[in-house]
Amino acid sequence: MHDSSKPTTEHHHSPPQGFLWTHVFSLDHKVIGKQYYFLSLAAVLIGMVLSWLVRFHLAWASAAIPGLQYLSKVGAPGGIITPEYYLSLLTLHGTLMVFFVLTTAPQAGFGNYFLPIQIGAEDMAFPRLNMLSFWVTFVGFVVLISTLFVSDGPPISGWTAYAPLSAIGTDAGPGLGTGQVLWVISIGFFCIGSLLGALNFIATTLDLRAKGMTLARMPYTTWAWFITAVLALLAFAVLLPACVLLALDHLGGTSFFIPGGLVVSDKLQPHSGGSTLLWQHMFWFFGHPEVYIAIIPGLGITSHILTATARKDILGGTRVLVGCMVSIAFLSFMVWGHHMFISGMNPFSSLVFSVPTLIITIPASIVTLNWIGTVFGARLRLHTPGLFAIGFISVFVTGGLSGFFLAQPSLDIYLHATYFVVGHFHMVMGVAAIFGMFAGTYFWFPKMFGRMMSETLGKIHFWVTFIGVYCIFMPMHYLGLAGNVRRYSAFVDDYLAPLIPVHKFITIAAFVTGAAQLLFLFNLFWSMYRGKKAEENPWQATTLEWTVPSPPPFDNFGGRHPVVYRGPYEFAVEETKDDFVMQDSPQQPARS
Amino acid sequence: MGRFFAVVLTVITLVSASFFVLHTWWMPVDISVHGPALDKQFGETLFGTGIGFIVAQLSLAFFVWQSSGRNQSRKTRQFPGGARIMVTTAVILVGFEILALSFVGQKAWAAVNLDPAPPNAMRVDVQAEQFAFYFRYPGPDGQFGGVHPDKISEADGNYFGLDPASDVAARDDIVVGSLTIPVNQPVLLTMHSKDVGHSFYVRELRIQQDFVPGLMIPVHFTATQTGKFEIVCTQLCGLGHYNMKAYLNVVTQEEYDQWLKSQIGQ
Repeated sequence: MHDSSKPTTEHHHSPPQGFLWTHVFSLDHKVIGKQYYFLSLAAVLIGMVLSWLVRFHLAWASAAIPGLQYLSKVGAPGGIITPEYYLSLLTLHGTLMVFFVLTTAPQAGFGNYFLPIQIGAEDMAFPRLNMLSFWVTFVGFVVLISTLFVSDGPPISGWTAYAPLSAIGTDAGPGLGTGQVLWVISIGFFCIGSLLGALNFIATTLDLRAKGMTLARMPYTTWAWFITAVLALLAFAVLLPACVLLALDHLGGTSFFIPGGLVVSDKLQPHSGGSTLLWQHMFWFFGHPEVYIAIIPGLGITSHILTATARKDILGGTRVLVGCMVSIAFLSFMVWGHHMFISGMNPFSSLVFSVPTLIITIPASIVTLNWIGTVFGARLRLHTPGLFAIGFISVFVTGGLSGFFLAQPSLDIYLHATYFVVGHFHMVMGVAAIFGMFAGTYFWFPKMFGRMMSETLGKIHFWVTFIGVYCIFMPMHYLGLAGNVRRYSAFVDDYLAPLIPVHKFITIAAFVTGAAQLLFLFNLFWSMYRGKKAEENPWQATTLEWTVPSPPPFDNFGGRHPVVYRGPYEFAVEETKDDFVMQDSPQQPARS
Repeated sequence: MGRFFAVVLTVITLVSASFFVLHTWWMPVDISVHGPALDKQFGETLFGTGIGFIVAQLSLAFFVWQSSGRNQSRKTRQFPGGARIMVTTAVILVGFEILALSFVGQKAWAAVNLDPAPPNAMRVDVQAEQFAFYFRYPGPDGQFGGVHPDKISEADGNYFGLDPASDVAARDDIVVGSLTIPVNQPVLLTMHSKDVGHSFYVRELRIQQDFVPGLMIPVHFTATQTGKFEIVCTQLCGLGHYNMKAYLNVVTQEEYDQWLKSQIGQ
């Protein structure tokens, strides 16, 4: 823990000089946090446009999208998406969203900016490593986007890149040569960035806490970022070697994931001895914790914002909430096989993987019930961040409950690879995590940019998004129930044709909901320059980030060493004229 | 604002749930012996999660309604029973649901995946490839010929890589593009892939199983109704994935015998 009794006059790195060192290669965690945030924003915009293309094609497969031929003459001749280009766009959508949005903004973006401030530190433990993690991630992003411009486009193997489709090369289809190799390199870079970031988060949380900032006094967000960092350290450490092995199968003539005797495009492949299930095991050993890497920061952000919205601490407090998050994180490493129930692995193991998958719903249910219980008897201040936090609870419940079906191997037989799965994971990991990001953005924007976002635009954004996501993702559950298979570029068979009107409804809902995101974007940039000046603590919240100016100075606390006297969420304290007490307020707490 | 939220959330909840209750979109009628157990399990899960969904969303809506109208000068109130009641509720209710589902579900899963195929099961060899399924019957000798990947040739129609010149068992193997089986007859499929991963999905049979390159995977089932059903690929296998399908023809024993005879004659 940082010893504040010793006066330290110097910040552990000096303020930067010049534009390049201030805004580009900055060592300041706040600048790096914003860089991550804007990288995610770019990725989510591209990802959303890709989803529009994909959705448009599903509803009107033979209609042209004017101008798309300029992006890819081969993939969209005359603006009509070919089946293989559909899969390319789908792969890019999934990869961008999972890695560069869901893993980046909530953890690396907000975490970088606010974790040091919330624990009373001047910066992250390793500022240079921090800068390196961002730039490595940025290179990964550029490499991924470059696949759009190679001759046969991005890979068509989906974000899960199942071998041997992803390992054989162009014999298996377009995009599986150069595009797939670039994909592997991109994800490899992303893994390195995430591993470095995770180390930094863990070291910072454990070593740089201010005096009085005991573990029990850490805000929920800090806990969530810390737990997520531990998950990321273990999960990306497995995905990175998996990517190296896949790259070697392409470039080094190895056969880690390719068994012998495969005949692709009428050619007997020069490989033998590999295992395709090995890729699935390595991928999902990362892939399931990844779901929680995406959502645990959201649990933290929602809990953090809900306290200021409800004017009371979360029911159960740190002990229950953190206990649940730790249990979820721990169990998340024992459930990866539930993605592989019908993969041909030993069917006994499906039963073994099913049990912890179902058990994980217990801590998740406790968290949810405690949130709902927190809203009871609250004095709700329903500003935009609060609305998104409460919206998060609703979508998390919806997305979580459909997991009950998929956790059971016997039900997965029918539902696996249908739109039921698509609806489930978009709701619980996509929409819920994005609601966390929106809540975080509206909540912390005043601190980050020194101005308030427009409440009116924010509320319109919330209502269209909240109703919109239900219109998009709820019908996907019905489609899955009717047996609509996923990853099909068109529904040519008699069985699926009657479901096309549902797809049209979803597509229209996706466009309307997407349009509301443009409103958000406008609000974000307009408010950055024209928004009302923000005060130090606009939401009357209690944690340390609200004790510093908006935006905070270079060393966060202006040379001051904060000392923490209280728990993170002391609301409704009778001794004060307000209904809250700051964490660094030295007066004696009214309740012990 | 809070009241509006409560109303919107209530409407979303009721509309979402109603489509499940009304079976507007639903699974096709089951035609397998093991299917009813899976459907029953589905019904029980839907009942449990459905109640959870409605109760959780409506309580959230109700509490938001109640709390947002509160006078801002009034003190906040704790939920009666506090976190203890929440933790207890979650552990007991969800725990009970998990025990029940695991216990019942284990049996349903076992019927498909753990129990061996009945000894009288009819064997059909299935090969998946980009972007078709091929089905091989052993022919009158009851023996499958050996498979040689180096002899596979689309041009010659030798999809399985058979070697009839030196392999007697291979000579009478019947290779067709759709799966014809007699009703009420246990069938054992041995599934393998020629190139990449694929999957075998027949909605009405409640069967879905991946083809894994390098592995031979057994799947068994008994169809209880005649008819023609789609077999579709559910594992992303390349550009023609969306169009990879075949048909399952479930026919009477007499029709099957006749069909088999016509195939041998060819």
